[in-house]
Amino acid sequence: MGFQNSKHGATRSTVTRRSFLKVSAATGGGLMLSFNLAPLAKALANIPGESAIGAFIRIGMDGIVTIAAKNPEIGQGIKTSLPMIIAEELDVDWKDVRVETAPMDAEKFGLQSAGGSTSIPRNWDNMRRVGAAGRQMLVTAAAKTWRVPESELTTASGVVMHAASNRALKYGELATKAALLPAPDLKTVTLKDPKTFKVVGKPTKDVDGPAMVHGKPLYGIDVSVPGMLYATYEKCPVFGGTVARANLDEVKAMPGVRHAFVVPGTIKPGEVGLNAGLSGGVAIVADTWWQANVARRKLRVEWNEGPMAAQSSKGFAARAAELAKQKPEMSVRSDGDVDAALKGAVKVLEASYSYPFLAHATMEPQNCTAHFSNGKMEIWVPTQNGANGRGMIARTMGIPEKDITVHMTRAGGGFGRRGSPDPMIEAAWISKEAGAPVKLVWTREDDMRHDCYRPGGYHNFKAGIDGSGKLVALTDHFVSFGSDGKFAGSANMGGNIFPAEFVPNLSFGASLMPLGTPTGPLRAPGSNGLAFVFQSFLDEIAHAAGRDPLEFHLDLLSEKRVAAPAASTSGGPQAPAFNPARMRTTLALVAEKAGWGKRTVPKGTGLGLAYYYSHQGYVAHVAEVTTTSSGQMKVNKIWVAADVGGQIVNPSGAENQVQGAVLDGLGQILGQEITIARGGTVEGNFDTFPLLRMHQAPPVEVHFQLSESSPTGLGEPALPPTLPAIANAYFAATGQRLRDVPFNKPRDRDVRV
Amino acid sequence: MAYTLNVNGASHSVEVDEATPLLWVLRDILDLKGAKYGCGAGLCGACTVHIDGAAVRSCVTPVSGVGTRAVTTIEGISDNPLGKKLQDAWLEIDVAQCGYCQPGQIMSATALLSKTPKPTDADIDAQMSGNICRCATYNRIRTAIKLAAGDAAKKEG
Repeated sequence: MGFQNSKHGATRSTVTRRSFLKVSAATGGGLMLSFNLAPLAKALANIPGESAIGAFIRIGMDGIVTIAAKNPEIGQGIKTSLPMIIAEELDVDWKDVRVETAPMDAEKFGLQSAGGSTSIPRNWDNMRRVGAAGRQMLVTAAAKTWRVPESELTTASGVVMHAASNRALKYGELATKAALLPAPDLKTVTLKDPKTFKVVGKPTKDVDGPAMVHGKPLYGIDVSVPGMLYATYEKCPVFGGTVARANLDEVKAMPGVRHAFVVPGTIKPGEVGLNAGLSGGVAIVADTWWQANVARRKLRVEWNEGPMAAQSSKGFAARAAELAKQKPEMSVRSDGDVDAALKGAVKVLEASYSYPFLAHATMEPQNCTAHFSNGKMEIWVPTQNGANGRGMIARTMGIPEKDITVHMTRAGGGFGRRGSPDPMIEAAWISKEAGAPVKLVWTREDDMRHDCYRPGGYHNFKAGIDGSGKLVALTDHFVSFGSDGKFAGSANMGGNIFPAEFVPNLSFGASLMPLGTPTGPLRAPGSNGLAFVFQSFLDEIAHAAGRDPLEFHLDLLSEKRVAAPAASTSGGPQAPAFNPARMRTTLALVAEKAGWGKRTVPKGTGLGLAYYYSHQGYVAHVAEVTTTSSGQMKVNKIWVAADVGGQIVNPSGAENQVQGAVLDGLGQILGQEITIARGGTVEGNFDTFPLLRMHQAPPVEVHFQLSESSPTGLGEPALPPTLPAIANAYFAATGQRLRDVPFNKPRDRDVRV
Repeated sequence: MAYTLNVNGASHSVEVDEATPLLWVLRDILDLKGAKYGCGAGLCGACTVHIDGAAVRSCVTPVSGVGTRAVTTIEGISDNPLGKKLQDAWLEIDVAQCGYCQPGQIMSATALLSKTPKPTDADIDAQMSGNICRCATYNRIRTAIKLAAGDAAKKEG
């Protein structure tokens, strides 16, 4: 892993609003800092919904500093990296820091979600100010103790020092006194010069590592509550379907079964999506989870499947092919005169691409433990968005939100799946009906067949190249999912998808197919499919123009040809505009590291490149691909360069995220596809939905391009370039274009269980 | 049925149906949460434990087949010097992302090093490909195994 410096696109938020902070003495002595940063958070984060942050720091008299990690940990490392930022400005040694997951409490902590690679950009400045405020209070306490001006005091490693009198006090000794002081104004606290950082920017190990490697309970599935029963829940294979009848008596007679009952569900006909309500089904509650599932084998349910049961992947593909021959139902963007430019082009290219539905397949299946008692609900859940689930419980069950306590556990993967509320509402409902604390654990098959899938998509391209080899016209007819002119969840395409703005004559149009299957965000939503098709087709264009792909792209990125439209929808409403200079620098860096154009590869081996801007990150890949004697695609190595701002908070976690995102993408392109048949999901486990395995995982070499921008997130942006880089390398190796992924497509898999 | 299991050196009596997978006895009866449920079909390796030192998928191992053999879980693997080395290497390399699969990875890696103290990349591929890491920390898992193996070899030599 390496770092490079560059100077591009510096932006800084400014604080203009008043803010305040409250201080209270912690029980048992020491300092506890409580903050209400509502106005500050709004001004800083510039994102609606960010309303407050709360009690972050506790300093014991022994000098141990306990820092609250406000956001859910799903494997992205945020439980380590956000406290690192506080520790840095508080000026304590990381070895003296202990980290606790914050309670879910928006009044104190504001938005507590994991998604969109937003935790770092939303909290970078906030967390610095929280730490700096704590440091300021300890300095003030020391100044009062010694009756010296604060300006004569310095801090280091959890100690306040007065050089003139050669005196020092540890934070632990000052904590109780500091707790009684008025709080400083957060907007004027002094922040460190980043050049002096001692914690931020140093590779730092995951705070839960020791518990993990010893198998300590950390995850939602590990939760135990006294008197707890275990539940399994069978839902209709077709989303929104309800129970007509079920052989409950037979199930109830099985060993260990305490309850078996029908949950009517609250989803209205025609509504689609995991936020639409509680899915109907049959709950089986037993003394052990295994007993519940043995009893489930006896369960026979007659479902009201509804009209969506007619849908299938085969049907979608056939309809998409029909729609591709017609004009798009709606325009997404139109610049210049595409028809004229195509007529005048020296070369015209046409190609159709597709990508499949994908499941999230978190290693820890969806689960939730709920305890309803005396009108109050307590929830333990691995979640990316506990507030969403709490809201649904409140709406569905009529329990006031204030009476619903949510404990966020570490999550065994998220990837976007755990922003949905379904396990929470199901467990809550079952606990209330069973009259006991209940741990609901989905089987792997439940998890794979009741997901909010990454939607498939079909893209139909045309491009025109002029006599100088420049791309002068581009059209895409995107056949996607949705109805009434509204895209299904994560099935949309914005008007500013690259190379929009860089091609003078360009049109994007879309046609929609109705869909009864829930869809939603999967790691780098939107971008994960769009990057594949656009970066692959651009590679086709470069080759058709007789140009080296690197030279073609550096040239393409050199000049904006059209202004951005006023209402572009991609990349999030608040995302800064794409800065092609940062992309070029990043692309040039990865090309250099991979030896692009500088080394020869054996026949049958090829290099491919791709890049993408998503979630405020600029990432470029080079992949080296070869084929095995059995015709399988083998990736030898992938090089990555990423620009996610000027400061990598935790280089160890950052490198891990990039490597993981890249190999996640490799798994997708090799063999992942969710098939819809009779309105339901065919695949149920890892035999038919193959995740990447050790023998398929090549080395991933990671380089960070440091720019002047404020740090941005890294859970997602390294995934999108992976598929096209591999596909383009496969073309370089074999002359074959991969236009329909995955590489190993499931054949004749059209029978639903 | 009543079974007496030897888990991490201690004897435990459990009353469960004979077909109950060892995984659920460990997790829900003995309250050892380290072995994880991932697939229930022996496909992902998250549930890996040792029986008499060999790595097995506890999610497809009926309790009735365990007998008096020694069951070791991630909670007890520190008592195995190789297991301890691997745990230390996992921490040194900062392998985990979500961490859910890592107990199973460490159990498989311990079985690997027990048989093959200095594994080649091909040995690592062969033994470890039964353990899925959805976060795809494979580069670091490989590095950690090599780190532990190097250390192990030094001590032996």
